[in-house]
Amino acid sequence: MPVKQISVFLENKSGRLAAVTRTLAAAQINIRALSIADTSDFGILRLIVNDPDRALSVLREDGFTVGQTDVIAVEMPDQPGGLAGVLDLLEQAQLNVEYLYAFIGRGSNGALVIFRVEEVEEAQSKLSQAGFRVLEGDALYSL
Amino acid sequence: MYWNQKAECMPRDELRELQLERLKQTVSRVYHDVPHYRRQFQEIGVRPEDINSLEDLRLLPFTTKQDLRDNYPYDMFAVPLSEVVRIHASSGTTGKPTVVGYTRRDLATWAELMARALVCGGASRQDVIQNAFGYGLFTGGLGIHYGAECLGASVIPISGGNTKRQVMIMKDFGTTVLTCTPSYALHIAEVMAEMGVKPEETKLRCGIFGAEPWSENMRRNLEAKLGIDAYDIYGLSEVIGPGVAMECQGKHGLHIFEDHFIAEIIDPQTGEPVAPGEPGELVITTITKEAFPLIRYRTRDVTAMIEGECPNCGRTHMRIGRITGRTDDMLIIRGVNVFPSQVESVLLSIGYTEPQYLLIVDREGNLDTLEIQVEVSSQFFSDKVRGLEELEAVIRREIESTLGISAKVRLVEPKTIQRSEGKAVRVVDRRQI
Repeated sequence: MPVKQISVFLENKSGRLAAVTRTLAAAQINIRALSIADTSDFGILRLIVNDPDRALSVLREDGFTVGQTDVIAVEMPDQPGGLAGVLDLLEQAQLNVEYLYAFIGRGSNGALVIFRVEEVEEAQSKLSQAGFRVLEGDALYSL
Repeated sequence: MYWNQKAECMPRDELRELQLERLKQTVSRVYHDVPHYRRQFQEIGVRPEDINSLEDLRLLPFTTKQDLRDNYPYDMFAVPLSEVVRIHASSGTTGKPTVVGYTRRDLATWAELMARALVCGGASRQDVIQNAFGYGLFTGGLGIHYGAECLGASVIPISGGNTKRQVMIMKDFGTTVLTCTPSYALHIAEVMAEMGVKPEETKLRCGIFGAEPWSENMRRNLEAKLGIDAYDIYGLSEVIGPGVAMECQGKHGLHIFEDHFIAEIIDPQTGEPVAPGEPGELVITTITKEAFPLIRYRTRDVTAMIEGECPNCGRTHMRIGRITGRTDDMLIIRGVNVFPSQVESVLLSIGYTEPQYLLIVDREGNLDTLEIQVEVSSQFFSDKVRGLEELEAVIRREIESTLGISAKVRLVEPKTIQRSEGKAVRVVDRRQI
């Protein structure tokens, strides 16, 4: 089962990010990883949380524009060249990475990075074949 | 100074006789030649022979923009297309424009009315007229153009835009009269100042401005900045274009050319005439137009009749005050008519099911700006920046092609657009006119 990422539309004005985190806090949802992409007008907050389905519904209830997307979490050696190895592999397989960001904390054997690609399954199998550990959603949420 | 003294200074009783005669002809013609009018008249049981006085005009039904839309594009024409030599259009509320046609004689009438208007504002055949109204489907550019040629002035058909070039040409070609929207005139004045060109380095002495509402304050501003006398001209494409009414040099009210149009001012709620001098909606009946006659057209423009003879010019035609507002939600942005519902129809066509949007109109320097805020619905939300930027671009492109003016599109969070009593506020107009 792939990892579910929650994305939230944010206008570039003060207090919006805080409002999202308040909603999640009230629902006792823990943020495991996040990144924000921003333009001059708006931002997109991307989150990995311990309970993505509930996060989606509480954020919707509070009136946010929310999406859920499949991403992959890859464990890699926490040393120079660790990320380069994964990216080389994806490039050779002609799998385009839309964006990526690091996990807060680490996996059992190294650093964890979240990848957003169009072809989730293909990327997952290519990485597994090459010996990288790709984490299942449930394993990641409870880390 | 008059262009057609006999017509413009005709004694009131003679004028009313002429109006009645022409009204009868028009009513009879539309009854026989335009199915829409025949249907409308029959529904309320009015026949052309029931019109025996100018007061009987009130027996006739109003014509609205909706009627024009329902008869898109040519069904309101009273002549076959072979008689039509020109077609203009103005923006409609659903993306479909309002189409108007002119016979050769209509064009001659229009040119005569515009020549009258130009003379009314003090222009003559000695003038060099820089026409910075847009040329094209919009009636402003070509309307002024043919009037100025009819007058015998020298016309520079420069159209709008490229303001530095406007200033250079104004200076080098010896422009004496500028015609454009008042906001564009202010912009020209500003660019002129930036370029270090002083008004006294030009021969400019007169400005004839229209196609959008403006104020006495703005007149003083324009007159000071450009060193001119500024006059207000009124018109709308449905009726004929610019040249329906024009201010004389008394700068107090616009004379409606009553030998071609009958004007009424009504209460927009009841449709009944307001007391003389009270503000209301201007309703116009054309009495000489061939291709596209209009009976009691609701202009949606709010104005008031100015009572009494004109103390300034000797013209006998009635005067109206400046247009002070609209009875519908139409906005005029950079001289272009914009209805908020046009934005809604664009969003619906893109696939929005319940579009929430807000138009923010402002003025930067002297140019109108339009920002359209659109709430992002989950349906169109993307976790990729590129996805949202593409959404913005699609909306912007569609809106520009529908509205005919450029706009900035800003995506906003749901529920950020204010609702009042369940009804959303669709327009914030921050312009200080």
